[in-house]
Amino acid sequence: MGMRNILPVFTVVMVIFALWYAFAIVLNKNWAEDKATRGGYELSFSELVADTWSQKKPRLPTPDQVAGEIWQSTGVAAAKKWRRTAGDPLFARISEVLNDKRSLIRHAWLTLSATMLGFVFGTGLGILLAVGIVHNRAMDNSVMPWVITSQTIPILALAPMIIVVLNAVGISGLVPKAIISAYLSFFPVVVGMVKGLRSPEAMQLDQMRTWFASKSQIFWKLRLPSSVPYLFTSLKIGVAASLVGAIVGELTISQEGGLGARMLQGNYYGTTLTIWAALILAAALAAVLVSSVGLVERITKKRMGFVQ
Amino acid sequence: MMLVLAALGVWAIGWGVNIWVSHQKPGRWQSVVSATVFGVTAVIMWQLVVTGLEVSPVILPPPSMIFTAFVSSTDILWADFIQTFVKGALSGYVIGCSAAFLTALAIDRSNFLKRGLLPIGNFVAALPIIGMAPILVMWFGFDWQSKAAVVVVMIFFPVLVNTVQGLDAAGKMQRDLMHTYAAGYWQSLFKLRLPAAAPFIFNGLKIASTLALIGAIVAEFFGSPIVGMGFRISTGAGRLELDLVWAEIVVAAIAGSAFYGIVALIERKATFWHPSQRK
Repeated sequence: MGMRNILPVFTVVMVIFALWYAFAIVLNKNWAEDKATRGGYELSFSELVADTWSQKKPRLPTPDQVAGEIWQSTGVAAAKKWRRTAGDPLFARISEVLNDKRSLIRHAWLTLSATMLGFVFGTGLGILLAVGIVHNRAMDNSVMPWVITSQTIPILALAPMIIVVLNAVGISGLVPKAIISAYLSFFPVVVGMVKGLRSPEAMQLDQMRTWFASKSQIFWKLRLPSSVPYLFTSLKIGVAASLVGAIVGELTISQEGGLGARMLQGNYYGTTLTIWAALILAAALAAVLVSSVGLVERITKKRMGFVQ
Repeated sequence: MMLVLAALGVWAIGWGVNIWVSHQKPGRWQSVVSATVFGVTAVIMWQLVVTGLEVSPVILPPPSMIFTAFVSSTDILWADFIQTFVKGALSGYVIGCSAAFLTALAIDRSNFLKRGLLPIGNFVAALPIIGMAPILVMWFGFDWQSKAAVVVVMIFFPVLVNTVQGLDAAGKMQRDLMHTYAAGYWQSLFKLRLPAAAPFIFNGLKIASTLALIGAIVAEFFGSPIVGMGFRISTGAGRLELDLVWAEIVVAAIAGSAFYGIVALIERKATFWHPSQRK
């Protein structure tokens, strides 16, 4: 995002916030009016607005309510735990704070670890498969169409079954979620890597051959380096998909916690603030993950000489 | 044990056939044949290994059992398909794509809005939007309306971003030419810019087609009437009726692939002139 885009982006964000507050009035109006009729009093417009922006279980909480909820369930919760464990050794206190069941930090951490585990597996598998596809015609012909078909299958819909089956075999905890994440992130990596490994032009390949380069030399010195930009584009898509996979996995095994589990919990108890806080934190996590991959991309490309 | 050995034999035969096919003269039929051989080999191996090792059907039912469940419960599967795919996913797809398209046309007239919305659209496209599902189920109720709403929210930004980028695809020279013809906004939109945008728009429509079914199914995990593919999958998995769950997954796979295939086919017919469609 260039500097000249800052003002337009800022304006659009402000418009979104204004619309958000307006919708909060519209959606929460009924409840406020119901309360007024039952209590037998009249609401002026400003009272109505004030009520719709500060309900306990609003249909649509306002941005400041969501921010407050996030602060309550991260910072305030952590501070409370910190004070309560006074006197314990430092590391025990830190781990107490991070493992506090009430704290969103723990749930975000659970989601993040499942995401990362799945992302690493999925990326590794995707790269291996891409190397096979590029070097073996039979594999290209037979596997590639199924890799593409596999993505038109709504894999997220399989989440409950995958988790039940893995539980039946005795695998639980992080791994089932990570498997769903891995499945979602492997596809962009396969497609991007196949494209990238094939991106050297015929002239470059011929040049390697005139140097009498072996197949593995061509791979390490030409194909792999030229695939790097493609790989990073795929990694950015893959890490976002991986997070979605982990969250949907947590919807099914909610007893272990995680941001997805918080959303489901909020759904059960009708506490919209819980859902929104988990949702915004998930969005922040996605932003952090994608931009860290972007940062590694920029550094790597610079060191490899893709950008001057 | 014999069956497992037989599975290895089938794998060797399938692999051999595919290597033989890949050494033939290249042609269109080649990839179709090897993909089919690969798929058939995989299914036969699945059947043989699962029965050979006596894997419990609670963990992984053999394809024959899934087929039986599919045939014997077509009425349930059909009702689920109508509820989730036609009512939820398809109506959400139509609403979401048209809303995104019209918004893109509106944004396109203002350079300021475009520069503001594109980075945000790209950002939102990377977010776990599916998390909106519980909120939308709360707002729109348990029936298909909330599923359609989830689909709309999920596909809006991918289609919007692609369409806005597509509307910029026509070159400056081409636009100037339209200008010298004294073409108005609408004329140059319909005769130049929309056709030039078509490959981008179809890219968005294809992404949206896979997202739509996912959104509709996952939204059912948060509450649904007692019909629907997501409902059947989550309750079936809970009751360990895995053959029915797998049959439902087969339906989802067929519906998802067919939906994508149809959009891709329309794309090929509509943008036959584009380099990516050339043989």
